[in-house]
Amino acid sequence: MISPFFQELLEALNRGLIMSMALILPSAAGGVLVGIMAGCLRAFGDTFFRKICDTYAAIFRGTPLVVQLFILYFGLPNIGIYLTPYAAAVTGFILCSGAYQSEYVRGALLAIKRNQYLGAQALGLTKFQSIFWIIVPQAMRKALPGCGNEVIYLIKYSSLAYIVTFMELTGEGKTLATEYFRFTEVFAVIGLYYLALVSMAIFVLKKIEKTLHIPGFGKG
Amino acid sequence: MTRQNPILRVENITKSFGGEPILKGVNLSLGKGEIKILIGPSGGGKSTFLQCMNCLISPDSGKYWLEEKPVDITSKKVLYHYRQQVGMIFQDFNLFDHLTALDNVTLALRKVKGMDKKAAARRAMTELSQVGLEDKIRLYPAELSGGQKQRVAIARALAMDPKVLLLDEPTSALDPDLTGEVIDVIRNLAKKGMTMVMATHQISLIRTLADEILFMEAGFVVEQGSPKALLVPGTRSQGFCDKLNSLSGEGPE
Repeated sequence: MISPFFQELLEALNRGLIMSMALILPSAAGGVLVGIMAGCLRAFGDTFFRKICDTYAAIFRGTPLVVQLFILYFGLPNIGIYLTPYAAAVTGFILCSGAYQSEYVRGALLAIKRNQYLGAQALGLTKFQSIFWIIVPQAMRKALPGCGNEVIYLIKYSSLAYIVTFMELTGEGKTLATEYFRFTEVFAVIGLYYLALVSMAIFVLKKIEKTLHIPGFGKG
Repeated sequence: MTRQNPILRVENITKSFGGEPILKGVNLSLGKGEIKILIGPSGGGKSTFLQCMNCLISPDSGKYWLEEKPVDITSKKVLYHYRQQVGMIFQDFNLFDHLTALDNVTLALRKVKGMDKKAAARRAMTELSQVGLEDKIRLYPAELSGGQKQRVAIARALAMDPKVLLLDEPTSALDPDLTGEVIDVIRNLAKKGMTMVMATHQISLIRTLADEILFMEAGFVVEQGSPKALLVPGTRSQGFCDKLNSLSGEGPE
C-alpha cells in the first residue's frame, strides 16, 4: 500500500494539476490569439498600431513575469481594479505569452515572400483579405514550432501563479512540503507532473503540425 | 477600327524609385483583342510599367480609363474592382504556396466574386482543363513544374474574366524545355481574342502575336509600331531582336 503521506501528496497534486490546467489552457489559447493579433499589427499595421504593439511587446518581454503578476494582483487595487488570483494569473500569462508569441508570428509573417501578396492583390483581394487568406495561413505554419515552444514555457511558468496565492500544482506541493519538511520527494514528484504535462503538449503540437502539413513547408 | 474605342488606356505614367526616375511618362491605348508586346533592355521600365498598369506599384502620376470610363485609382474600392478586370501574370508565377492548384483558382472567385464553393470549383475546373491541368488540381505548387505553375497562374487570372491580361515575362523563369507549354497556352488565348499586354524576350511570340511592339528604354517608349514596320533593318527593335536571336540560337522565322 502507498504511504499516507504519498496518498495525501498525490491528492493535493492532482487537485493542483486540475487548477494548473485551468490556468494553462485559456492562457495558451489567449496567448496565441493575442500573439497573432499583435504580431499581425506589428508586421502590417499602420504606424500608430505598430507602435502600440511594439511597446506592448517591449514591456512584457522586458520585465520579469513575477513583476507583472505582482502589479496585476497587488498593484491594480490601488487604482480600484480588483482581480481574483485566478484572473490576475491568467491575465498575466496571456499578456506575457502573447508578447513572445507576437515575435514568432511577426517573424513568420515577414518571411512569407511578398510576391504572393502581389498575386493576391492582382486578383482584386483587399489588403486585409490578402493578409488574412494568403500570408497568415502560411505564416502560422512557419511560426508553429516557435509558438509551441512558448506554450511549453507557459506550462512551466504557470507555476508562478502560486505567488499571487492561486493554489495550483506547485502551490499545493510547496504547502505540503513545508508542512512535512519533505522537499526532495515533493518537488521530484512535481517535476514528474510537469514533465508529463509538457510531454502531452509536445504530442499535441506534433499532431497539429502533422495535420497542417502541406508539401513545400518544412520537411518533405 | 478598335483604336477609337480603347478598352484600356493609360496616360503619362511616371514613377521614380528613391529619386531615380524609372518611368518618364508612358502612354498606352489598348483596343479590344489587341496584343501589345513590350520589349527592350532590362531596367528599361517594362516590368514597372506593367505593375503600374494595375497599380501593384502606385505611379507618381498617371491617368487611367477602362472602357472609356476614368478610373480613380486613389479610391481603394475602385482600385480593387479595377484589378479584377485587369489580370496579371508574373514572371515568378506568384502562386499561393499553401493552396492546391484548384484552390489557387477558387480563392479569388469565392472571396472577391462571392461565388459559393461549388460554383467556384466548377469554374476553376473549366479553366484548369483549358490549360491542360485537369489531372493536377489536387497538387500543391511545390509539387508542380515551373511550366505547370505558370499555367495554374494563367487559369487563376482567367477565372476572374479579366478584360485585359498583363503578362510580365511569363516564360523567363522557366527552363527552356518548359517554355513551350506556356507559349502554347498564350497562343491559344490570342486565338480566342484575349486583349493582352506582354513583356517578353520570346522572339517567336514577338514576331507572331504582336499587333504592336513597344520598345522601351530608360523609362520611355522609344519605338512603337507593327512588327512589319518595326522589325526591319535599322530599327532599335530589330537590333534588339537580332541580339535575342543570337543569344537563343533561334533562327529568323
